[in-house]
Amino acid sequence: MPSEPDSVKTDALIEIDRVEFGYDASRTILDNVTLNFARGKVTSILGGSGCGKTTLLRLIGGVHAPSKGEVRFDGRKVDTRDKAGLYELRRRLGMLFQFGALFTDLTVFDNVAFPLREQTDLAESTIRDIVLMKLNAVGLRGAAHLRIGEVSGGMARRIALARAIVLDPELIMYDEPFAGLDLISMGVAANLIRTLNDVTGATSLVVSHDVPECMAISDHVVLLATQGRIVAQGTPAELMASNDPEVRQFVRGEPDGPVKFHYPAPSLAEDFGVRAEAAS
Amino acid sequence: MNPLAALGRRVLDVLRAFGHAAFFFVDLLRAVPASLRRFSLVVAQIHAIGNLSLVIILASGLAVGFVLALQMYYALVAYGAAESLGLIVNLALVRELGPVVTALLFAGRAGTSLTAEIGLMKAGEQLAAMEMMAIDPKSRVLSPRFLAGMVSMPILAILFSAIGILGAYVVAVLLIGVDAGNFWSIMQSKVDVWRDVGNGIVKSAVFGVICTFVALYQGHETEATPEGVAYATTRTVVISSLSVLGMDFVLTALMFSTP
Repeated sequence: MPSEPDSVKTDALIEIDRVEFGYDASRTILDNVTLNFARGKVTSILGGSGCGKTTLLRLIGGVHAPSKGEVRFDGRKVDTRDKAGLYELRRRLGMLFQFGALFTDLTVFDNVAFPLREQTDLAESTIRDIVLMKLNAVGLRGAAHLRIGEVSGGMARRIALARAIVLDPELIMYDEPFAGLDLISMGVAANLIRTLNDVTGATSLVVSHDVPECMAISDHVVLLATQGRIVAQGTPAELMASNDPEVRQFVRGEPDGPVKFHYPAPSLAEDFGVRAEAAS
Repeated sequence: MNPLAALGRRVLDVLRAFGHAAFFFVDLLRAVPASLRRFSLVVAQIHAIGNLSLVIILASGLAVGFVLALQMYYALVAYGAAESLGLIVNLALVRELGPVVTALLFAGRAGTSLTAEIGLMKAGEQLAAMEMMAIDPKSRVLSPRFLAGMVSMPILAILFSAIGILGAYVVAVLLIGVDAGNFWSIMQSKVDVWRDVGNGIVKSAVFGVICTFVALYQGHETEATPEGVAYATTRTVVISSLSVLGMDFVLTALMFSTP
């Protein structure tokens, strides 16, 4: 009997197949999640804090293994036990961390050059050209000589982006790329994500809770609730037009609705020590 | 929970922690060949861990030498044995004080800095970023520091003992007036290079492994918060110091059990 092929090409670059995961047995972060992310598209995963968005990225990168189900990258299972296979996969992806995760003991240039120096045998002159091109793409060629302590939060995010794309990855994952940025930096970052995707033909996954920016740059949007429950997915226009109360609450940023404003708590009467009838 | 179950859980937690640390140690050793191939990374760390610890090690060695000579002189002169001063100071330094005090200072100076550095790299997701770039942080970051600690510690201990002996010479010979020929010749005749100096160096190499490993492990396993890093740094000093003192007794018993 012929063995099953190791890698099966599909339209989806990433397949999340009935995945369950929790950091400990008592708390499930993702519960039976099935999702596909199309090649060459910008897909945004939106959801409130703690719904498992970043965890999803970590599972794709093989940082954690799902307790059930599997994650496939280009048809091949992401196996955290196979270190060589995992590193081979990671060479095909770039990740932008929430706060950049830049190496604080290196300059801007050396940060971007880091993956090239570690992963390739390119000559220093070639590395210089590639790094300056990538820094130019994010508008920071002139900042190449600066130390990381000398750059702003927005610049740090762009430097991290240059570093994430320096090896021309097939998949770029963005973890909260807009968090803590001013409006101009946010616009710049959003524009860069879209432009880089179109120019390089890579697949982009954006995890965020900034609705307007994601809606503006995405081809496809997935809205997640707690435990990775998929509330809705579709094009930005489809989600904006949705009549589902949960979708409306999230895309319009309403404080109360199907997602409660209050964390589950005992009644006010009980907490403040007053009798129920007096409270009512 | 019943007390027996609680005790069982505690024992299992401790065993799990030991197992985890053992795997971490094996991973570090596995990463050593890769670090040796990029020796410039190790050299940079020898500078950070070793060279930058020189001032505190030399100053402490000198102070210990001064005090040791003074105390020993007053103890020995009462029995007319002041000519043994050089020998006692030397043996105390090369066998015990050199390796042990250097290790304690090393844990305080270099160990804490390693833990804080690795802990903050973890908190800033720098280690995770490296992992996602398919670069093993154990080979690129941890192992060069581990090797640097192993190399630096014996050299620092030798320097500590050497400067301590010079300090003792200054106090005993130049200030108190003990005979210089006597001070040096008794050392020459009674101190064995392999048994005394050699074992002292072996001790300091073992302490170097312990201190560096504890510092790196605590940094790597720290909770990625300011409190977590602070707690890990404290634990580095406490665990390293107690391990060094405990291991010193074991090594002394093994090395010097026969007269």
